[in-house]
Amino acid sequence: MSKKILPLVIGAAMGVAATTAAGATTLEDVKAKGFIQCGVSQGLPGFSNPDSQGNWTGLDVDLCRAMASAVFGDATAVKYTPLSAKERFTALQSGEVDVLSRNTTWTMSRDTQLGLNFAGVNYYDGQGFMVRKDLGVTSALELSGASVCTNTGTTTELNVADYFRANNMPYEIVAFEKADEVVAAYDAGRCDVYTTDASGLYAQRLKLTNPGDHMVLPEIISKEPLGPVVRQGDDEWFNIAKWTLNAMLNAEELGVTSENVDEMKSSDNPSVKRLLGVEGAFGEAIGLSNDWAYNIVKNVGNYEESFNANVGPDTPLGISRGVNALWNDGGFMYAPPVR
Amino acid sequence: MSVMEQDSAGAPARASLLNDPKVRGIFYQLVLIVALVAFGYFIVTNTIHNLEQQNIASGWGFLENTAGFGTNQSLVEYSETSSYGRAIYVGFLNTLLVAGVGIFFATLIGFIVGIARLSNNWVINRIAYCYVELVRNIPLLLQIFFWYFAVLRSIPGKREKWSIFDTFHLNIGGLRLPKPIWEPGSFMIGIALVIAIAASIVVSRWARKRQEATGQQFPMFWTAVGLIIGLPVITYLVTGMPMHLEHPNFVETGPILRQGFELNVGINVIPEFLALTAALSIYTASFIAEIVRAGIQAVSHGQTEAAHALGLRNGPTLRLVVIPQAMRVIIPPLTSQYLNLTKNSSLAVAIAYPDLVSMGGTVLNQTGQAIEIIGIWMAVYLSLSLLTSAFMNWYNQRMALVER
Repeated sequence: MSKKILPLVIGAAMGVAATTAAGATTLEDVKAKGFIQCGVSQGLPGFSNPDSQGNWTGLDVDLCRAMASAVFGDATAVKYTPLSAKERFTALQSGEVDVLSRNTTWTMSRDTQLGLNFAGVNYYDGQGFMVRKDLGVTSALELSGASVCTNTGTTTELNVADYFRANNMPYEIVAFEKADEVVAAYDAGRCDVYTTDASGLYAQRLKLTNPGDHMVLPEIISKEPLGPVVRQGDDEWFNIAKWTLNAMLNAEELGVTSENVDEMKSSDNPSVKRLLGVEGAFGEAIGLSNDWAYNIVKNVGNYEESFNANVGPDTPLGISRGVNALWNDGGFMYAPPVR
Repeated sequence: MSVMEQDSAGAPARASLLNDPKVRGIFYQLVLIVALVAFGYFIVTNTIHNLEQQNIASGWGFLENTAGFGTNQSLVEYSETSSYGRAIYVGFLNTLLVAGVGIFFATLIGFIVGIARLSNNWVINRIAYCYVELVRNIPLLLQIFFWYFAVLRSIPGKREKWSIFDTFHLNIGGLRLPKPIWEPGSFMIGIALVIAIAASIVVSRWARKRQEATGQQFPMFWTAVGLIIGLPVITYLVTGMPMHLEHPNFVETGPILRQGFELNVGINVIPEFLALTAALSIYTASFIAEIVRAGIQAVSHGQTEAAHALGLRNGPTLRLVVIPQAMRVIIPPLTSQYLNLTKNSSLAVAIAYPDLVSMGGTVLNQTGQAIEIIGIWMAVYLSLSLLTSAFMNWYNQRMALVER
């Protein structure tokens, strides 16, 4: 019997070693399983939130759908994993998700120490404060002595500590694991102030008992560039994530929308021709088919369409483009050309 | 490499003793140990290798970096400029605090309800029964949310308060208590307390000996209370009152955010702690109540009858005859409940109580050192549990039947 156990144990150990050592690229993995596993938030309206039918929608979700369109030509080839702020990086590192598109702030330590790469910025955000209107506060500098509700394990917790210390104001921090509990505690009056990214404040305000009784203060106390994240060391997949976002921005800049994309294929503009794969072989260069960007725009739309459908002025969030407008429209959104 | 180890371990078995059951036994044990060690070695080296390959920083150096985040409860000096290690330590102490206070109240409520379950009074009996059935059948997390969110909404807001004797104040910001401020010379009070406790122990030994010898009883309880409260109070008065109370300061004028209780004046017991302690102790008490009831019922009814026949009233019968025997049945399952309570306290993160898991989680997120942090969590909970077990086993041995 001992002769049976020994090879078994050694074989098992070696087998595990083999599987961890080899490891296919993310693109091969994704193609083999037929869908992209996308890490999203546990419910942030406008960014990643399940609708009444249980379908995930939002700006961050659209990025995953766009990547699926680029790889498979099918925006529905995505499976979603809702992740808490604490779980998100480990889930990506361990390969549980292929891409993390979860309103995640790009910081130096996250980019350099976690074995991750940020593939760009799909929303320029900044941290703000929400208070009850009846407090009569008009500026964040009047918040001395306030108790502040926020999420644990986020950059917001650090920013708020920096801000109150820099302005020499005492404060009490109350940090919860999940956003729903933060909202509930703030709604119950446990805190005077609710702080998170400004976009998040507008989104969470909708969940309060009387959204009209609350206001977002004008101060933005931090830079929060939010964007999709992939694992470091797989440049092919990194390129796909990066250029999916760039394709959506370039499409907006060139006036290509989901409605006119078929007509635009016969456009005389060489930039449009290159983007839509009529000229050149840019898709093959990143391991995809040449109509990769056509599929993105056709199935998901350009950045403007995604923005307006999810967070724009006509949605309950009512966020204007502001700094998220294109560079030639007064914003920060600037994609390198397809050339 | 593991192959070679196993070959050398297998060598003795290939000798002529192939059919000796003893040798075969040892051989299998050796194989098992070698396999376990090889497996552990493989896991560790593989993890290290993978971390290096993915450019994920590892090691314990991060513990000395500046944390940069605040907390709403810390038993030791802590600020945003403290280190990550300090932050985890603060969380650890908060876990100890809530577990300790929780165990105290759970035991208290559990014993009262457990005895009430056996009461001859129908109303008390039924109330205790309903309590146990209701509380132990609702998930703990829901109870924590109930105590936090439902109760939070019913107490006054930040700019109002409920007061008792104008000393204890409650509002949504927490329970405010006066804080003792120790002045030079106040160490005498501490010494007085130690002397009082020592004296109580001495008197109690003497009283027991006297009772064993003569049968005369001594009012031990009241003597101890008198000593432990009286002596420090007398010292306090004699040394010229070297301690005063700092009362919470309720501000009613000025900017609205500065109204209400001033920060950092007096003691503030945060509502997260109150809710968590309430939920943990009430939940665990329902299990302890059943354990106590079972323990008491395990004592033969003849013992009670015999005690009554000797003329003992109900109270002393319970205290002197039934409970000491019931304790032998109660202690082992009680230990598991204490362990459960300590481990359940990690649910604190749901309601913003800064316990070990909550503080560690923030550190984990800022540094990304998942393996190290989770290692710390497991080591701490494991050692807490082992310590509790060791103490309860020692106590159990003391209480066990001594055969003469």
